[in-house]
Amino acid sequence: MTDVAVPLTTRKDWASDQEVRWCPGCGDYSILSAVQLLLPELGVRRENTVFISGIGCAARFPYYMNTYGMHSIHGRAPAIATGLAVTRPDLDVWVVTGDGDSLSIGGNHLVHALRRNVKLTILMFNNQIYGLTKGQYSPTSEVGKITKSTPFGSLDTPFNPVSLALGAEATFVARTHDLDRKHMIETFRRAHDHRGASFVEVYQNCNVFNDGAFEAINGKEHRADMLIPLEHGQPIRFGANGEHGVAFDGEGRLRVVEVEDVGEEALVVHDEKAANPSLAFALSRLASGPHEPTPIGVFRAVDRPDYGSLVDRQLLEASEREGPGDLSSLLRSGATWSYD
Amino acid sequence: MTTKSKTGSEPGKVETIDQVVIRFAGDSGDGMQIAGDRFTDESALIGNDLSTFPNYPAEIRAPAGTLAGVSAFQIHISDHEILTPGDAPNVLVAMNPAALKANVNDLPTGGTLVINSDAFDERDLAKAGYASNPLEDGSLSAFRVYEIPMTSLTIEACKPTGAKPRDAERSKNFFALGLLSWLYHRPILETERWIARRYGRVPIVVEANTLAFRAGYNFGETAEIFESSYEIAPAEHYPGTYTNVTGNVALAWGLLAAAHLAKLPLFLGSYPITPASDILHELSKNKNFGVRTLQAEDEIAGIGAALGAAFGGALGVTTTSGPGLDLKAETVGLAVSLELPLLIVDIQRGGPSTGLPTKTEQSDLLHAMFGRHGEAPVPIVAAKTPSHCFEAAIEAARIALRYRTPVYLLSDGYLANGSEPWLLPDVDSLPDISVKFATEPNATGTDGEPTFWPYVRDPETLARPWAVPGTPGLEHRIGGLEKQDGVGTVAYESANHETMVHARAAKVAGIARELPAAEADDPTGDAKVLMLGWGSTFAAITAGVKRVRRAGKPVAQLHLVHLNPFPPNLGEVLRSYDVVLVPENNLGHLTRLVRADFLVDAKLLSKVQGTPFRVGEIEEAILREIERLEPDSREPAAGSGVAVGANGTTATGVVASAQNSKEAEL
Repeated sequence: MTDVAVPLTTRKDWASDQEVRWCPGCGDYSILSAVQLLLPELGVRRENTVFISGIGCAARFPYYMNTYGMHSIHGRAPAIATGLAVTRPDLDVWVVTGDGDSLSIGGNHLVHALRRNVKLTILMFNNQIYGLTKGQYSPTSEVGKITKSTPFGSLDTPFNPVSLALGAEATFVARTHDLDRKHMIETFRRAHDHRGASFVEVYQNCNVFNDGAFEAINGKEHRADMLIPLEHGQPIRFGANGEHGVAFDGEGRLRVVEVEDVGEEALVVHDEKAANPSLAFALSRLASGPHEPTPIGVFRAVDRPDYGSLVDRQLLEASEREGPGDLSSLLRSGATWSYD
Repeated sequence: MTTKSKTGSEPGKVETIDQVVIRFAGDSGDGMQIAGDRFTDESALIGNDLSTFPNYPAEIRAPAGTLAGVSAFQIHISDHEILTPGDAPNVLVAMNPAALKANVNDLPTGGTLVINSDAFDERDLAKAGYASNPLEDGSLSAFRVYEIPMTSLTIEACKPTGAKPRDAERSKNFFALGLLSWLYHRPILETERWIARRYGRVPIVVEANTLAFRAGYNFGETAEIFESSYEIAPAEHYPGTYTNVTGNVALAWGLLAAAHLAKLPLFLGSYPITPASDILHELSKNKNFGVRTLQAEDEIAGIGAALGAAFGGALGVTTTSGPGLDLKAETVGLAVSLELPLLIVDIQRGGPSTGLPTKTEQSDLLHAMFGRHGEAPVPIVAAKTPSHCFEAAIEAARIALRYRTPVYLLSDGYLANGSEPWLLPDVDSLPDISVKFATEPNATGTDGEPTFWPYVRDPETLARPWAVPGTPGLEHRIGGLEKQDGVGTVAYESANHETMVHARAAKVAGIARELPAAEADDPTGDAKVLMLGWGSTFAAITAGVKRVRRAGKPVAQLHLVHLNPFPPNLGEVLRSYDVVLVPENNLGHLTRLVRADFLVDAKLLSKVQGTPFRVGEIEEAILREIERLEPDSREPAAGSGVAVGANGTTATGVVASAQNSKEAEL
């Protein structure tokens, strides 16, 4: 199917006829629109594109895409998508998930899809709350979160999704947010083009149950000083005039610094392709939550054969070694005897 | 065993017998399963009919020498058709005191005991809980006992290899195998070749095992401690080529065949669990068939990946057992809702919870039938013998593909590990089970343009179209939310839900229309008692029925392969008998289903001991029912060991009776 030119499409071609039913003002709308704007640019076909989701607000995403799609079971989308991606390497398989879906009930499937490097593009909408069940704390909620299920404050330490993905041997890890369409589109494009499992955390505002969770970093007036854009090969600096930067302190930890204090040469140069994920991990730990200067962009993008192509190589090798499978011979592969 | 002829009475005499049941028993590290497997292949080559029953502990290496660590392999070989591994052994090979203690109660009076006397030192006796040495205290006087110092003879035989005694000792299973191979005139060349293949990477092991094997064989021939050796003629067979298969291998091959017949790629998503793992192993070996096997992170991912593969147009399969079945329930429900083909292979084992991982049970039928929230009907197919697992896998796949539904394929620990000779089918005669993917729009959209509705049903099968990603123009979304009839969009409307619930139920119920009618095996046509079974009880029920018929009493038999839906005429058949007796290794799963569906007073014959029914137990239960119907015909009979619940709803445990096992099975 790749030998024929992919027809030109517009955003409209990628939208299904279903009415979008997220709450008015939900961050999910802008993510949906970023994806629908990006897809016509990717040179892919609608029929070869599949969106798989679990359960939760984010998981309604496939219904709004005019592609193949499956709204499956809470937490299980990465597992289901693994079976599809491994048997159908010709497809573009996207997984749309939320913080509860992928880090709580489905945590196991997420980490294993990442370590296997299954050819999946995983978009994780992180709103730090359970929306569809009407407002309980999530595995990314800050400690002390007051919700219906934690009237005296939540007690559990949250996950840092980027740290978790890096720890799970992910080959592509990025972060973006729902208030910057251009950044989302470029990040999603990079994630899509990565061969293997790509994980994108999208800071997403739930204006009903957790409004303003990321306001302190992505509010228009805070962005310049609170979001740290990562660019491969470039010194890490931010601020309206690039006055802030990121440098190692004397004890091997990354710190936000003022460039004029330390000098530009002291800034850390971002290397998303580093085989060792230590720098990416250190960057993921720079902020303890979305209230401190927070890196966005691609933390890690390294090449490793994707799981499906390794599986296919084994099949090919077996076929070359033993010849294509023959059922009649297989049934006779043990000791046999005959009677006339 | 029945002696048919004797040639002389001098040492070296050979007797011809019609059958024998041998049990190899030792510590789980003693290699008894290997010895049993080899003896099986040797017997198959001779052409004996055979049936095997491996019985091993859940622990890989329980403390050596303890009762918990005893591993056994029973084989029944004969010169005529047999169905079961035998109720009790005629010959027990005991490699240590624990193996003796754990098995000797199954050996009937006069049975043969072949004992590794080297293992009966104070320490091993104590570990087995023997206060005194049974070789010396007269407690084995009811048996023919052959004490053979197998450990020291093995070490002596292996001296030329230079192996250390404690390494050489590990070849003693081959000494025992060699000895029994001599005793029953088994061919030895194939085992020597097998040893060379199996251990080829470590020459010293090949040498040691071969020397031990020959030493055992030669010991039998030269030591003259056995009064005779025995020959068992080949059984009569239908013409054709045979191989010996276990249920799990046959099932794996059946899955490969099903994919081949369906012209679809095969995908297995599975998490290792006893006793299902061998299917994963077997399929993983055969990658040249294009089968993709995923050892998933958990049971849920295994079935999830299989369902994802099915969405993409593969034959998706997951295999499991015990608690794994519970974990898959949610995804089975999704598959019911998505109406995609999916096979869930359940190798049943004792439960609840971790239960008895290595022991057989039939206690998952009601789970397969009802174990999901909501109205979620799923077809069920059950294999009845090890080789039947092949055919059952194809049938389960056929139903899944044709009706776009998850299907449970039930096997169990007994079938999975048990083996039997299998008359190989002609591959070209296997059914075509291929189905067509949707390629064209099937509806008109509100804009007047052709469009695709994923839930438009085939009028005959009620199956929805299978439109796989990659097909232009058929892009659609499916999910676990209720769908609008036909168009397939999310729909919460109440009347539509009722329509969809009924549609899903009617689709599964409608499978019955294509099933062969149930036909009881009732040769004389005047039987009043029907033995109704499913799954692995087939062998014992069939053998029990044959015994009763040989005694001149009529009894009918019906064994179900399709458990949901049932064959269309099942109710009529059941109602035409005065008594329907249902032997089950559970507390009455099929019994409950047929009572509920057909209002017949089916009675349960229950056994939940982790082992299959003995033929004698079935025979006694049939005779008791016949006597109850015709009290005048009562004949002197042995006391009953099996209790049937008065109204069929309860049953007490079976008291194993070793007496019948002395008789020929048929």
